[in-house]
Amino acid sequence: MNEYGWLGKLNWDSLVFSKLITDPSVSEFVASTAGSIVIIATVAILGLLTWFRVWGTLWSEWLTSTDHKRIGIMYIVFALVMMTRGLLEGMVMRAQQAAAPDGFLYADHFAQLFSTHGTIMIFFVAVPFVVGLVNYAMPLQIGARDVAFPVLNQISLAVTVASGILLMVSLVVGEFSTGGWSAYPPYTGGDFNPGVGPDYWIWAIVFSGAGTTLTGINFTVTIIKCRAAGMKFFRMPMFCWTVLCSSILMIFAMPPLSVAALMLGFDRYLDFHFFTNDLGGNMMNYANLFWLFGHPEVYLLVLPAYGIFSEVFSTFSAKRLYGYKSLVIATMSIGVLSFTVWLHHFFTMGQSPTINIVFGIATMLIAVPTGVKVYDWMATMYRGRIRFTTPMIYSIGFLILFVIGGLSGVILANPTVDFQVHNTLFLVAHFHNVLIPGVLFGLLAGYNYWFPKAFGFRLNDKLGRWSAFLWVLGFMLTFFPLYGAGLLGMPRRSFSYMDLTFKPYMLVAFVGAMVVLCALISLVVQLVVSLRDRDKNRVPVGDPWDGRSLEWSIPAPAPSYNFAELPRVTDRDEFTEAKEQGRAYLAPKVYRDIEVPKNNPLGFILCVLSGILMFALVWYIWWLALISAVAIIVAVIASTFRWDSERVIPASQVQEDTEKWLEQVKKSRAVGRDLENTPANVGYAKLEH
Amino acid sequence: MNGTPSTSNPSVNPGQVPGAIHKDPDMVIFGFWVFMMSDLIFFGVVFAIYITMIGATAGGPGPRELFDFGSLFAQTMLLLTSSLTVGIATVTMKHQRSQASFLFWVVVTLILGLGFLTLELYDFSQMAAQGGVPQRSGYLSAFFGLVPLHGLHVSFGCLWMLVLIVQICKVGMLDIIKLRFLRLALFWHFLDLIWIGIFSVVYFGGWVYG
Repeated sequence: MNEYGWLGKLNWDSLVFSKLITDPSVSEFVASTAGSIVIIATVAILGLLTWFRVWGTLWSEWLTSTDHKRIGIMYIVFALVMMTRGLLEGMVMRAQQAAAPDGFLYADHFAQLFSTHGTIMIFFVAVPFVVGLVNYAMPLQIGARDVAFPVLNQISLAVTVASGILLMVSLVVGEFSTGGWSAYPPYTGGDFNPGVGPDYWIWAIVFSGAGTTLTGINFTVTIIKCRAAGMKFFRMPMFCWTVLCSSILMIFAMPPLSVAALMLGFDRYLDFHFFTNDLGGNMMNYANLFWLFGHPEVYLLVLPAYGIFSEVFSTFSAKRLYGYKSLVIATMSIGVLSFTVWLHHFFTMGQSPTINIVFGIATMLIAVPTGVKVYDWMATMYRGRIRFTTPMIYSIGFLILFVIGGLSGVILANPTVDFQVHNTLFLVAHFHNVLIPGVLFGLLAGYNYWFPKAFGFRLNDKLGRWSAFLWVLGFMLTFFPLYGAGLLGMPRRSFSYMDLTFKPYMLVAFVGAMVVLCALISLVVQLVVSLRDRDKNRVPVGDPWDGRSLEWSIPAPAPSYNFAELPRVTDRDEFTEAKEQGRAYLAPKVYRDIEVPKNNPLGFILCVLSGILMFALVWYIWWLALISAVAIIVAVIASTFRWDSERVIPASQVQEDTEKWLEQVKKSRAVGRDLENTPANVGYAKLEH
Repeated sequence: MNGTPSTSNPSVNPGQVPGAIHKDPDMVIFGFWVFMMSDLIFFGVVFAIYITMIGATAGGPGPRELFDFGSLFAQTMLLLTSSLTVGIATVTMKHQRSQASFLFWVVVTLILGLGFLTLELYDFSQMAAQGGVPQRSGYLSAFFGLVPLHGLHVSFGCLWMLVLIVQICKVGMLDIIKLRFLRLALFWHFLDLIWIGIFSVVYFGGWVYG
């Protein structure tokens, strides 16, 4: 380690642009463009923030906020930014394979693309998007003032964002890992990969993984300990059940990943022999640890999406959720089963057939509770008053496409079939088929569904539907051809191929990728148009969709203390029940002072410090790593010397807000479901059956 | 949750301001249990790796050459006694004995913890002197992945104790500090349990099967 200077491995050649100068090729041009986008976007954002003089607001309202709603929104903004990058990388890869055998990227560059694409989409899009929506909606649904540990929540966000920034930095300085999102050693070990790439992966995974574990603890405690009076477990909205299950998965499934990544780090930094080829290292330990995390991770992501679909189906069919208890049992069964199937990710790596069969059967069993859910959702829609709003289109698209993805999973669960198609594009098609309709559609449905609650105005439904249809179409065009190419034997992750049989499939997939790009653009357009028209689409009363759970019983946007008076729950569809019995929109009998957590700079400080720490570790800048690690410990200890962490919102303030809102309710005209996407909808739903 | 904190936890006697507890103490303690559950999985996974690596000595020194059971016995006694003293400190706090006697037992615990760490580091240096370094073999990597992980937890506990001692000297036994100490005590007992696992699986199991 002494061969490096005081800046470690860092020098001018680490910059992505220097490679373009020494080797002016298309591949390096693409890399430099990506790096420039990061730099330009950063400068532009900082410049705009300064120009509009919003630093103060940003600091006091957002960066130091401990409000679960603000933290949730920041998570989602972060996830959408990362999604843009991950999606563009997907486009470039599709273009490369469509152009093959005359591609324009170097093999290593292509390998970096699929490694970052996978890492980003799982850890920095799906996870933060899920965590963001849960942060926003779950405490409101259970009638709580905040999550159990607001500062911890802030810290989780801080380390996740710092890791995401590290991935962005890897576009400009140095290179990323070429080992795929699963980073199997010994390929990612020091012998075969002495560069900084795998180190970027390791530290991003370790820090964001720690954040996710803490989030899981926070959500579990919130659901178990912070429910409103009368909110029994079996009165919780389905979304909260799925979140509980998913949080338990976070607690149990993240540690194996952290252990695997740290051990890989020990191998690389300190010459340990956990996973090396020589001196007793054992790579299979890594494979087992990684997938011991990896498989529950899939359910950790998809279960909250199931919860969102349950809310959407029930709300937009104006019916109570069908088979609530069976859905709860199915959710929990999936949670348990998810820990019994990890070996199906490496059927071909040398176990005995008996073991493969056990894990194959366990894998197929998961289809049973999932099937129960699909039938429950269909039965929820049956004879309901269905409205084809944006969330509903995502949900129905999910229902149809996810069944196909699930079935291809059952096919792969058979070890004999898996031996034929493993490591081909068939697998790639399968997991995109479950992750895009399953997770992403759910998240986008949730984004459209809860947006009015968060910001006080509805998103444009027409553009939303356009976007949803483009996502469905784009997904089908991109990934259905991959099933075919996979069955023909095209390996995944190949940057080129000589067999032109694959070419037509790749061309169709490329067209599909362009449609997905249009879908992304239409999301942006939807947001911009909705922002422009926000005054027409405001829903101050707070219930634009004739909602059924507690989050719709408060104003939109929700006040910082959530509820003027904590609700008493008597039914599963509490707000629907309240509306029917005339208990909705009543003033509390007594207004009380409300304690909410004070703002805290700790999260922001840890974000900066852990970002510096990770960068220093990647580049072997030991003095900087030491300073930032000590600074992190000092910052945490110093924060324990804050004796008063709460501030009081006086009863008079609560009374003023609530009376103003109730005045608004009285003035407003109730609107039926048919008019919910017109400016007449101010969030006051008419009682209809 | 609803404004007034519950008083059902017998070890906390709320009432003082500032540093009053704004949250249900039960919830805070429960949150810590959940954290320990996650930490236990972390340890469990590293234990599993260790077990698979027994025998992967690649011709290097193994358990029979490296382990010094005399020193290990002393470490075990130090840690178990520290668990007793942290328990006495908890009882002292619960029955609202003098702050001095409470601090006395915390300091005793801290000293025992530091004694444990000193002996452990001495052991590691002895092992290194005989060529037992993690770079030598997969087995030794697994050993040095697990045992120092526990040591790191103990060091963290010691730092936590030190911070609490400073805080108590500065502002007295605020409720929030009592609650922090309760969690520290839980953590300390947890580390004791892990050590018993390490003694039985890593040292004793390694010696038998290595």
